Amino acid sequence: MGIFLLKRFATFVATLLAASVVIFAVQGVLPGNAAQVMLGESATPEAVQALSQKLGLDQPVAVRYGRWVRGLLNGDLGTSVAYDTPVSELIRERLAVTAPLALLAMALTAAIALTLGIYAAAHHNELGDVGVMAASQVGIAIPNFWFAILLILVFAVKLQWFSAGGFPGWADDPWQAFKALILPAVALAVVQAAILARITRSAVLDVLREDFVRTARAKGLNRRQVLWRHVLRNAFVPVLTVMGLQFANLLTGTVVVENVFSLPGLGRLIFQAISNRDLLVVQNVVMLLAAAVIVINFVVDVLYAVIDPRLKVHAS
Amino acid sequence: MQRAMRHKSFAIGAALVALLIGTALLSFVWTPYSATELDIPNKLQPPGAAHWLGTDSLGRDIVSLLIVGSRNSIAVGLIAVGIGIVFGVALGLLAAARRGWVEELVMRFSDFAFAFPALLSAIMLTAVYGPGLGTAIVAIGIFNVPVFARITRASANAVWTREFVLAARACGKGAWSITWHHVLPNIAAVLIVQATIQFAVAILAEAALSYLGLGTQPPMPSWGRMLNEGQNMMYQSWLLAVWPGLAIVLSVLGLNLMGDGLRDLLDPRLARAR
Repeated sequence: MGIFLLKRFATFVATLLAASVVIFAVQGVLPGNAAQVMLGESATPEAVQALSQKLGLDQPVAVRYGRWVRGLLNGDLGTSVAYDTPVSELIRERLAVTAPLALLAMALTAAIALTLGIYAAAHHNELGDVGVMAASQVGIAIPNFWFAILLILVFAVKLQWFSAGGFPGWADDPWQAFKALILPAVALAVVQAAILARITRSAVLDVLREDFVRTARAKGLNRRQVLWRHVLRNAFVPVLTVMGLQFANLLTGTVVVENVFSLPGLGRLIFQAISNRDLLVVQNVVMLLAAAVIVINFVVDVLYAVIDPRLKVHAS
Repeated sequence: MQRAMRHKSFAIGAALVALLIGTALLSFVWTPYSATELDIPNKLQPPGAAHWLGTDSLGRDIVSLLIVGSRNSIAVGLIAVGIGIVFGVALGLLAAARRGWVEELVMRFSDFAFAFPALLSAIMLTAVYGPGLGTAIVAIGIFNVPVFARITRASANAVWTREFVLAARACGKGAWSITWHHVLPNIAAVLIVQATIQFAVAILAEAALSYLGLGTQPPMPSWGRMLNEGQNMMYQSWLLAVWPGLAIVLSVLGLNLMGDGLRDLLDPRLARAR
């Protein structure tokens, strides 16, 4: 277990470093003068020069990279040109929207997908199974932002149960704030749940065909007991893999869905930063999102080893 | 062919994909109205005899916009999947043929590239190079590379353990000859299936990027941008936010169903395993 964890941790750190190098290279080195990009074509040479100095662009690349990484570790990400606010503060504010949204969406995804997937597998080839499979096939084809627009059409425009967008903030009215996240979370979750339900169904069906399931049945356990005691734990490994990958999709999905609902989260921040050519904000938010994906994959790999000891033996 | 047409998933999927391709081809020779010409006096018309699905806020005919928009989706899908296949398959084959540290390197690269979903790559590239269809295609293409690299390596590794490959090696054939003559033809089915799925993913990604204004730029019509405009007009004409979405869903559904059908038809072992 120790060797497996150590190896996996080394890969995790190397991937994080590689990601930081690529993001830094794309944002800070390749385009020539980042200050020119940020200020636009019409900027005077003096203004470009001043911003270059302020951002430290006149220093060697290695020094700038080192300073950025140190800043990432210390939480000092520089100051946004457009907002004139520390980037770390901006990110902290926006995370208060994005993090609960992604978590709520993931929880909904798991709840819908596991229920439907297990139900479909338990009723294999029956009407319910066919219905779940057909619905999930359509669900996979729906773009989450279109589903979000449809939700707004039905629940905000026609029924007026929810607002069509915006976020009142957690401090003023937590219930209203939570309510503002429900439709976006549903939009994100339904599409992901369609994929996960299919994976869950086939994983459960695969395990149901195993010899130990037959043994458990022969021992006298009924279908329900076998399902809960033996099948689900074993079927959980592939489901967990996909859930890890899906969290990455959810995080990037929030960028689009936050824009549909005008939610002031990281997605909207990055989008506004692109419009404002606020490269420092883009660079740090992209790093944060990429790091989140890498961390999730690492956690999923470690969880594998806990759930299925065969995997860690193989990996070692 | 008869077997293929009897396969329900494949038949429905193929019909929808044929509709998509047919629509895109039709756009080169005919559209009911010009997709770029504005007709303000006729803006926001409801569906009717003159404009089957109505007009948008600038008076453009929705059917014409959808027809021309399909061209975009197909172009993005073809190029982005092409990038994925060319680089991803090459890397996967290299990893399987060389094994050892080359394989490890390719796999770690794939793990790393997965940390940058298409949207994130597109955002990063757009911030620097500006929004546009080219940036979107490159970003989606880059995302496809590790997908194809992984699936190629896994499938190719399985072929490398087969007896006929051993026989080819015993006959003195080199790694590249075996890869070209034996491995690639045997994994083609898996790659074709994956290509249809990635095509669908590319259509979804392009629509999302264009919705955000990071993909196709005006005046070129795109389903994603139509949805953005439709959302803005939701209170005046809600159908504007429905049609482009339906076009995306039908295209993606068609490709996914065709992919599922192809998997069953080209590789019955996979079909049984499902």
